[in-house]
Amino acid sequence: MEHYIMNLTLKVWKQKNAATKGSFETYQVKEISSEMSFLEMFDVLNEQLIHEGKDPIAFDHDCREGICGMCSMYINGRPHGPWQGTTVCQLHMRAFKDGDTIVVEPWRANAFPVIKDLVVDRTAFDRIIQAGGFISVNTGVSLDGNAIPIEKAKADLSFAAASCIGCGACVASCKNSSAMLFVSAKVAHLALLPQGELERKTRVLGMVAQMDKEGFGSCTFTEACEAVCPKEISVTNISRLNAEYMKAGLSVDNSD
Amino acid sequence: MKWSEFFTSSVGKKLVMALTGLFLITFLVVHVSLNACIWANDGGIMFNNAAHFMSGIVIRIVEVGLFLGIFLHIIQGYVLVFSNRTKRNIGYNVPMGSKGSAWYRKSMGLLGTILLLFFIIHWYHFWIPSRFTGVEETFIDGKPVHNLYALMQITFQELWVVIVYVFACFSLCWHLIHGFQSAFRTMGISNHRYLVIIKSAGIAFAIIVSTAFAMMPVSMYLGWVK
Repeated sequence: MEHYIMNLTLKVWKQKNAATKGSFETYQVKEISSEMSFLEMFDVLNEQLIHEGKDPIAFDHDCREGICGMCSMYINGRPHGPWQGTTVCQLHMRAFKDGDTIVVEPWRANAFPVIKDLVVDRTAFDRIIQAGGFISVNTGVSLDGNAIPIEKAKADLSFAAASCIGCGACVASCKNSSAMLFVSAKVAHLALLPQGELERKTRVLGMVAQMDKEGFGSCTFTEACEAVCPKEISVTNISRLNAEYMKAGLSVDNSD
Repeated sequence: MKWSEFFTSSVGKKLVMALTGLFLITFLVVHVSLNACIWANDGGIMFNNAAHFMSGIVIRIVEVGLFLGIFLHIIQGYVLVFSNRTKRNIGYNVPMGSKGSAWYRKSMGLLGTILLLFFIIHWYHFWIPSRFTGVEETFIDGKPVHNLYALMQITFQELWVVIVYVFACFSLCWHLIHGFQSAFRTMGISNHRYLVIIKSAGIAFAIIVSTAFAMMPVSMYLGWVK
């Protein structure tokens, strides 16, 4: 595609901290290259704001290569912007035209409170993982990776689920602010593997209980999460979680 | 884990919706099959006989279960809709709209509310007269039976009633297209061989049942059955 330069109007959510009320601010950015990433465009804008002695816009980012799950912007009515299966850092400015107005908002969910501007607190996801998203292994010499045979089809499904980067776009897109796509990806990833067998029941029960405690909604299969997921995690994992939850919830003994 | 914990978790609540939903789907099969007897076009003999069979003691007991199922589905549905709404106090300036999710998938509460309002009208038209306030009787083979067929013919003389019923059937169709397959996925069906069948069967079921229901008042109004 031909390289081009564009001038844009940005409407960005500005909020000092969780306690204050935020509002939109309008910025003009000039001479943006179509080859820049969306975050590089924000870098240009922030440089400009710093030169003007203004407060730059706070936004989350880390690897800028689509694997860390830090970037989290809701752009023109869609988490991670207009491209399918793409994180904000991998979204390029050629997705936009000269003269466009772009509205950028933080993830919206009570479980993800705004820390500043476009940065939200996603530690709720960490606590869900701590509630069961792990396996127990013996310490000592690491085992050979191929010591346990795993059916290819299951290994592939597990890998697809494991590719979840925990960005929270599923929550941001869901009308119920449900975290089920994230939780189900973590549950399915381990439930499909023999290594996950040991904590199979306590994992799903613990993670769902923590998810509810954090204040995420319930899944009604609107499938908006799958549509916006940058890693294209399948909603079929939610069915897997439901099956796991039922098997565990109907069979665990609470006599102790 | 206590039973109360299981059924009050977000997954457990959805399971209650799925199970009651599927129970109500089985009721729809019975309801639409019996009502289809009007198309025998025999002056309502077959239909009135079928309706009379449905007034036996066994059916009376099943009816109690049916109402429990309906009310559990309605109450749990509203509990979920309203609790899910409290999870996002500040909404988006630019809403997602139908990006990634069709309107009816996100409108189950609205479609369900339309159906609830319709049920009130529907019970007023047929169920309350049949159970409590009385229906004119007719004789089939010498025994008296409720002439519900005549009641249908009278009720569906009014154009607005026909329009309300057809609109309710339209809502039922969309509610079922999402609800049928969603119920199975909530119950944990993740096997794609089965999901393909469930999704197709759900769409076919929704269209066939709601079209059949919608055609009943239309047939009466236009005089296709006499």
